[in-house]
Amino acid sequence: MSYILGRIGQAVIVLAIAFTAAFVLLQALPGDALLIKFESPESGLSPDQIALLRDSLGANIPIWQQFFDTLGGFLVGDFGYSVQSGTPVSVIIASALPNTLVLATSAFVVAIVLAVALAVLAQLSWLPWLRTMLRSLPSLFISVPVFWLGIVLIQVFSFRLGWLPVINPGPIEGLIMPVAALALPIAAPMAQVLIRSIDDVLTQPFIAVVRSKGASEWWILSRNVARNAVLPALTIAGLLLGELISGAVITETVFGRAGIGRATEQAVTNQDAPVLQAIVVISAAIFVLVNLLVDLLYPLLDPRLKTIATVNA
Amino acid sequence: MIQKQLAGWNASAPVVEVDGLSIAYSGRTGDTAVLHDVSFSLGRGDTLTLVGESGSGKTTTAQALIGLLAANGRITHGSIRLGGLDVTEWSSKQWLRLRGSHIGLVPQDPHNSLNPVRRIGDSLAEVMNLHRFGNAPATRRRVIELLERVQISEPELRVKQYPHELSGGMKQRVLIASAIAMRPALIIADEPTSALDVTVQKTILDLLDELRAESGTSVLLVTHDLAVAADRATHVIVLKDGRVQEQGPSAAVLWHPQAQYTRALLADAPALSAAVRTSDDVRAQLALSQHAEPVVVVNDLVQVFSRGRTLPGLRAVDSVSFEVRRGMTHALVGESGSGKSTIARAVMGFQKPTSGGILVDGVDMTSVSGQQLRQARRRLQMVYQNPFGSLDPRQSVQQILVEPMSNYRIGSARERQQRMLAALDRVSLPATMAAKRPHEMSGGQRQRVAIARALVLEPTVLVLDEAVSALDVTVQASILELLSEVQRELGTAYLFISHDLAVVRQVAQTMTVLSHGVAVESGITEDVFASPQHPYTVTLLDAIPGRRAQSRAL
Repeated sequence: MSYILGRIGQAVIVLAIAFTAAFVLLQALPGDALLIKFESPESGLSPDQIALLRDSLGANIPIWQQFFDTLGGFLVGDFGYSVQSGTPVSVIIASALPNTLVLATSAFVVAIVLAVALAVLAQLSWLPWLRTMLRSLPSLFISVPVFWLGIVLIQVFSFRLGWLPVINPGPIEGLIMPVAALALPIAAPMAQVLIRSIDDVLTQPFIAVVRSKGASEWWILSRNVARNAVLPALTIAGLLLGELISGAVITETVFGRAGIGRATEQAVTNQDAPVLQAIVVISAAIFVLVNLLVDLLYPLLDPRLKTIATVNA
Repeated sequence: MIQKQLAGWNASAPVVEVDGLSIAYSGRTGDTAVLHDVSFSLGRGDTLTLVGESGSGKTTTAQALIGLLAANGRITHGSIRLGGLDVTEWSSKQWLRLRGSHIGLVPQDPHNSLNPVRRIGDSLAEVMNLHRFGNAPATRRRVIELLERVQISEPELRVKQYPHELSGGMKQRVLIASAIAMRPALIIADEPTSALDVTVQKTILDLLDELRAESGTSVLLVTHDLAVAADRATHVIVLKDGRVQEQGPSAAVLWHPQAQYTRALLADAPALSAAVRTSDDVRAQLALSQHAEPVVVVNDLVQVFSRGRTLPGLRAVDSVSFEVRRGMTHALVGESGSGKSTIARAVMGFQKPTSGGILVDGVDMTSVSGQQLRQARRRLQMVYQNPFGSLDPRQSVQQILVEPMSNYRIGSARERQQRMLAALDRVSLPATMAAKRPHEMSGGQRQRVAIARALVLEPTVLVLDEAVSALDVTVQASILELLSEVQRELGTAYLFISHDLAVVRQVAQTMTVLSHGVAVESGITEDVFASPQHPYTVTLLDAIPGRRAQSRAL
């Protein structure tokens, strides 16, 4: 129990640090959104009027007070207003988040399916050359950047083959290529870790014992290796989530999809600090939450960790 | 009795018939033959022991009998018949029917031989599920019955536990239960006890014997330990470099050996050899050194380990006292968890004892620290059990041996070089070894390097923590010989830590028997062997393999 509480405590601390770091970095940016919006000559405002605006938007109060105001707002779910458009940040996030969640979740599921299929095929293929080929696939795809893959996919499937429209696609059709572009570079390291850990488990003496009982290779893999090999892959999956978040930004930009990625890109262009602050904290929260889940899953998958967890408690 | 459904299995034929078997492993440089023209047969209810050192081909033979040769291994000549069936050319699919049902395997290392994330009950039921023993309740009943048969307490609780919650001996019992679950005609036990304590070893081998007697199962026992073979086998095959050196009924092979190699093996087996010195010799030696201060004095040593807030501390070492004199060897004997390695760590100054005194060469190891401790360690060196783990794989032998000297800034580069060569010579390794790295050497050579490294600093005391336990018997004998030679010439005192009483009898003049951190008995080694006072010492002595055979032979 106190193992779980400890992990949750750690997660809260990480979130607090992420919030503070984001705030400090955004404040340290040279210039701010108000300058971009009002101080360009086109707005035609006098310095006095700008000073008045700054006052009313709370830009002139001391920085530490701003910090606590923002923090207090975040704790009750009030993320403030976009400096650029004046809409509440929560509205922007609420309209962008579902799109991104659909994209990221589908990509994650596809990546897991691909990685597992590849790892199993690499193990069970009876042709040596096929094994070697399957084993070298992941290292190839690890080095492929998301944006390049996205552009190649559009080139080949939309422009050359004309299979999938890029402009105004249906909800499913519109998902296929972005999911592929996002999933492949994530599937690759997962498959690599899985193949390695399956290899490791297969050399363990207990596998020889199972074999001596008359078990087939498929029985060994599915009933004895799988649960042992999934632990390292789980760690990587948690960490790859960061990759997924940053990949989503690029994918949405390349494919012109609405979502958190697009919102981020626009907010960065406009130096819209409140929007960025909210996106950073929400991304951090998702990342921390998933890795917390991974941590809590370990003891369920490996009973040895359960004992350690209770002993430490 | 379970029906033997396999077509062609003939229960009246010998369980194993091996004829002219040769096996080779293919590698980059072509085939390497590892087994040459081996023939034997194993009848119902007999125990056949394959004895040999590592690399003798004994494990390869066992693997071939269950169709589990390494991927690059193949039978180049000869045939294997099991229950009258010629299995020499069998495909891996054909083997599936035979493995587990007709042949059971008891592996070498129980600690890594159970799936760590499966419950004991599930691991045990697996072989029955594979061979369709019956429905779930029947399998469950059989699991409990098997656990009871191998004398595991509280079987209902054990089936829900995981391997890490069981001791090594219990895990090996579970593995034996799994091997006998389908009542196989043959059990192959590959070094089944080499990872276990000596008393546990005895109970496990006794259990295998009982099972063989009650069900008529044949046992093929693979071991490097001649004494184990002597106790258990009806027939013995002695292998060396893949060739049979000698084979026959165990009494004939062990008490009237014909082959030169068997004689050498017997001479090197500590359990089968006689005492090397009398207790009067030791008394005389002790009297001679009476006026001199002992080089190691451990007095009332206590080490308590904290176990969290709720549990009381663990008294790993409880008021232990002993002395080691110059030029002599004192042994600490006990099973795992007896506290012997904890004492070694305290003597080395790696950890501060809770209370008690440790004097090494006049230095109080409980109070020194920093520079003083560093200087004290120069007089006090250690040799570990696993020479591969204790040598840096990236260093050459020369670097390994020079490092301690550069560490203590001893001599010029040329002097260090000379001392390095002298140390190699002292441990009977050629100077050409200096350029090699650990992985290019054999286990015995590595342990010689580890000893040479300890000796370059010319220590007064050498702590040997299970220093020969991982070695083959002939290598072990040569290392023990080397150690006593070094002791005679340099007068080094040894603190010899071992679970192997037979080895202790050969090297140590005095000994302390430890059980759960308490010194239950101590004295001159031969006195303890002749008339043990404490029941635990008696148990330990009884468990030495070879004793049974020896008493039979007398």
